[in-house]
Amino acid sequence: MKAPDFEYLRPETLAEALAMLARHGEDGAIIAGGQSLLPLLHFRLAAPAYLIDIGRLEPLKQIVEGDGYIEIGALVRHCELAASALIGREFPLLHQAVEHIAHPGVRHRGTIGGSLAMADPAAELGACCLALAGDVLLQSAAGQRWVGMADFFAGIYETALAADEILTAVRLPRRGHGGIQIFNEVARRRGDFAMAGLALVSDRGLGSPRLALLGVSDRPILAVRAMALLSQDPTATEAAIALIGDEVDPADDPAYPPAYRRHLVGVLMRRTLAELSP
Amino acid sequence: MKTRRIALTVNGETVEREVPVRQNLVDFLRHDLGFTGSHVGCEQGACGACTVVLDDQTVRGCLVLAVQADGATVETIEGVQLDDLRAAFHRLNALQCGFCTPGMLLSARELLRDNPNPSRQQIRDYLSGNFCRCTGYQAIVDAVETVALERLP
Repeated sequence: MKAPDFEYLRPETLAEALAMLARHGEDGAIIAGGQSLLPLLHFRLAAPAYLIDIGRLEPLKQIVEGDGYIEIGALVRHCELAASALIGREFPLLHQAVEHIAHPGVRHRGTIGGSLAMADPAAELGACCLALAGDVLLQSAAGQRWVGMADFFAGIYETALAADEILTAVRLPRRGHGGIQIFNEVARRRGDFAMAGLALVSDRGLGSPRLALLGVSDRPILAVRAMALLSQDPTATEAAIALIGDEVDPADDPAYPPAYRRHLVGVLMRRTLAELSP
Repeated sequence: MKTRRIALTVNGETVEREVPVRQNLVDFLRHDLGFTGSHVGCEQGACGACTVVLDDQTVRGCLVLAVQADGATVETIEGVQLDDLRAAFHRLNALQCGFCTPGMLLSARELLRDNPNPSRQQIRDYLSGNFCRCTGYQAIVDAVETVALERLP
C-alpha cells in the first residue's frame, strides 16, 4: 500500500525540530532514515498528521571523541558505523553487529538513533548499547536528559521517549585495551530478523562481564545471573551456558517456540565463549 | 494532498517537480519520470526489486520518500553502465522473469565496486536483500563471480 497523507516538515536546525515537535508531538512522528517508519506507514500501522524529517540536521551526524567516552550522533547511519575506524578500534562489537542488520540498501539509510528509538526487541544496536553500558541523550524544547539504556527500553517498540523528545545521541564509555567484545546472532538467513542474539563485553580474562540478549524478550535484556556467575568465577563457563537459557522468557511464537529460543541463547553463549579460547 | 517542490539529479539530468509528500522515490521515478526499470515489489523493504542508487549508495526506493531525495543524485538501472554484468546475467541464465534483475544488477555492481574479488558466500550475503523467485540464486551468484574473475587484472 501507499503511505497515508501527512504534513511534511523539514527543520534545518535542532531547535527548529524541537519546536515543531513541541507543537505537533502528539500527532507527529520523527523520520530519520525511515527504514522502520516507512514500512509502518505503507502498512497503515502509523498515520502521523505531521512527519518531521530530521535528516538534514548535520550536528547529529557526528561521531565525537570525548574524555572517556565516544558520542555517536543519532543520524549516524549503519554503514557509517561500519566505515568508522574509530568505532572499529573502540567498539569492535558494533562493527560485528552491523553486519547482521538487514541488507546493504537498508544499512545505507538506517540510523543508530532510529534503531534505538524504534526499540524493536530483535534489533542489534539496542543490545550492543546495553552491553556497552551506554546512555542516550533525549532533548526537547524544554531541556535535555541522559537516560541509561536499561531504563530507556520499556517494551516492544516502547521507550522512555516523551512525545516532545528527540533521541539525539548515544554516549558509550570507552573500554580500555585488552578487553573482550563479541557479537553473535542466529537468523534464518543473512539480514533476517534475529531469532536470538548475544553481545558480550568484558575486561581482559572475562572480568566484569556484561551479557546482553536480543530477540528473546520484549526488549534487550542483560543476562544478570550469568553475568554474576562469571564475575565470581570466570572459569564457570559450562555453568553459565547451562544457566543463561533459563534467564529469558521469550514470547510464544508458533515459528520459534520459547524453548527453542532458550536453547539458542545457550548455543550463542557457547559459540561466544568458544571464540575466547586460544 | 500535500505536495512539495523538489530538485534532484536523475541519471545525469536535473529535474524539478512538484511531488506529493507521501510519494516514495521509486514511484516518483516510475510514474513521474518514466524510469520503469526499478520495480515495485513488497513496498516494505524486504524484496529489493525497487533498488536504486542514491548519492552513490544502493537504497530501497520504496523506503525513501521522494521529498527526502531533494538535492540528491539518483541513478536507476537505465542510467548506469554495466555491460559485462548484464551480458553475464544473460549468458549464464541468471534471470527468468526479470523482475528482480535491475535490483540484482545494481547490488552486484556496488559489491564489485567495493569488493572486486568477493567469495561466493560474500556474493550471497551482499545479494541477500534482493529476492529472486525464479532462479534459485545459483546462476546469479555464478554470473557475479564470473564478472569478478573476468575483471581481475
